[in-house]
Amino acid sequence: MLLDVQNLSISFRTPRGLLPVVEDVSFQLAESEILAIVGESGSGKSLTALSIMRLITDPNAIITGKILFKGEDILTLKEPAMRRLRGGAMAMIFQDPMTALTPVYTIGAQIVEQIRIHTKLPTWQARLRAESLLAAMGIADAQQISRRFPHQLSGGMRQRVMIAMALSCSPALLIADEPTTALDVTVQAQILELLLKLRKEFNSSILLITHDMGIVAQTADRVAVMYAGRIAESGATGDIFAHPMHPYTAGLLAAIPQLHGPRINAFSAIPGAPPAPHEKPAGCAFAPRCAYRIAVCAERPPLLHGPFRQVACFRAGEVA
Amino acid sequence: MIFLVLLRRLAEMVFVLFSISVLVFLIFFATPGADPAARIAGRGASPATLAAVRHAFGLDQPLPVQYGLMMKHLFITQDLTSFVNPGQLVIPAVLQAVPVTLSLVFGAAVIWLIFAVAIGVTAAALRGSVIDRSLMFLAMAGVSMPVFWLGEVANLITQARFHNTVLFSWVPALGYVPLTQNPLLWFKSLVIPWTVLAVTYIGLYSRVLRANLVEALTEDYIRTARAKGLSERQVIFRHALRMSLITLVSMFGLDFGALVGGGALLIEVVCALPGVGMLTYQALQNLDLPFIMATVMYGAIFIVAANTVVDMLYLLIDPRARGAR
Repeated sequence: MLLDVQNLSISFRTPRGLLPVVEDVSFQLAESEILAIVGESGSGKSLTALSIMRLITDPNAIITGKILFKGEDILTLKEPAMRRLRGGAMAMIFQDPMTALTPVYTIGAQIVEQIRIHTKLPTWQARLRAESLLAAMGIADAQQISRRFPHQLSGGMRQRVMIAMALSCSPALLIADEPTTALDVTVQAQILELLLKLRKEFNSSILLITHDMGIVAQTADRVAVMYAGRIAESGATGDIFAHPMHPYTAGLLAAIPQLHGPRINAFSAIPGAPPAPHEKPAGCAFAPRCAYRIAVCAERPPLLHGPFRQVACFRAGEVA
Repeated sequence: MIFLVLLRRLAEMVFVLFSISVLVFLIFFATPGADPAARIAGRGASPATLAAVRHAFGLDQPLPVQYGLMMKHLFITQDLTSFVNPGQLVIPAVLQAVPVTLSLVFGAAVIWLIFAVAIGVTAAALRGSVIDRSLMFLAMAGVSMPVFWLGEVANLITQARFHNTVLFSWVPALGYVPLTQNPLLWFKSLVIPWTVLAVTYIGLYSRVLRANLVEALTEDYIRTARAKGLSERQVIFRHALRMSLITLVSMFGLDFGALVGGGALLIEVVCALPGVGMLTYQALQNLDLPFIMATVMYGAIFIVAANTVVDMLYLLIDPRARGAR
């Protein structure tokens, strides 16, 4: 197992008390597997991703649980050891490629910088490697592009650059936090195809953070659906799409616009909104919006259970 | 391309300088009640003397002619003389004062940049800590102390009260020694004025830099830099500080230009440095129009030139500005 997250909880100290944002999240990621974490904004999926890279810099954040990467708990690693992992064995690409690159350095220089941290390559070789990576990302004329500044490239190009940079040291784990959200639909498809191709070529495992069930269906081997900081349901992509067992998952799937048939308003598919971290109910966080709720839902949160297919719902068997 | 930009800049400079010269001329020659002849002739001069003075200095001619004559003497023949000390040439006096002001401002600039960057980076790296807060308090105090007051206090301490202690016995008497004459004495005589002048700017620049860095550190590209595996020091110096330099350089260019252009007047007067500021101060005190004209024009040239240099530097350090014109 490449990545084994066990009972991860993230909370923030605030004047109003501890704010639990991620609660008791566990999931595994095998070699060259793509796991998608799906959820609405505020569900804690991005924070989960950042905590794996240990990039949560807020001094008020409290992170508990275990994040085993190749069997080693990275939450207890010292900072220099963590730095060697970051950008080396694990890399991350972010949502907005427009702001994710430093404006004053050329594309090539920024990729070379990362290669030079993690390898002993001299600059000219790092430069060649950067150019070949850019070419592998489908950028024609990579040599020329590597001399450009970020503002001279389009959003799709910049995301390719970000991916090239993330892959520059052949990471075992690639975390992609909404890699296509800020891009045009056509560019989205290209970037997703690229990710799939790279999984084959570089043999990286990918943790894909998204809110888009359509993207999940196209790319992921397995899915974990997050709601209000907890995992509601997880399992193989095909199973989840064929038989969602959690009412929230069922709602998300129903909200995917269909090419044929009646048009559904995506926003009315699940009435209501997720609770803010300080307003979470004592029982199941989804209960107030749930059509299947029963008395026990308000009393205690349902536990995630099951071997391959895990669901956190008291009426898991009854959802259709 | 770059040639065209420079040419346009030059034209702009000429236009700005022309406007300033007309404005200054009108203020001192054409403001109602400002009769230069009365001042040259002295208090209680008879109408006959006044008329003679007026004719001798060309003040009975129409204003445009007077302006033209002054500009001709200032820029073309360069033989403009003082109204107050007849015969004293203006241009050599200004040229003699320039190295003093340059020495003063250069030294102060080196000190203030080093300290401001050190303090700003330290405070930003330790943001929220006690060290950050005390550094920023000191910086605020530095900004709040007027340079003339601080200069007088420094003089009081180093020249009078504690001059005979080990600490300050090395401080020479107030005044300026040319670098070419005695480098060591040049340095010694300027250390106190440099420090005094730098204090305000250290305070200002370190506060601006800290604010800039703290803001930059929340940007997405900083998160990327961290995700690449850079250490916090590398993140701050290579990425955050490099971005903050864009603001700092434009600030520095303007402040430097203004100081060399005569803005160091207060400290020059307090520390008895015969620089351009001192010259301006004296010219203003006895309303010596040719001198005022010359020092104002010198200052204007320097400030406009500094602006041009800043704009060029801007293109150099911010690639986003290059395509924008």
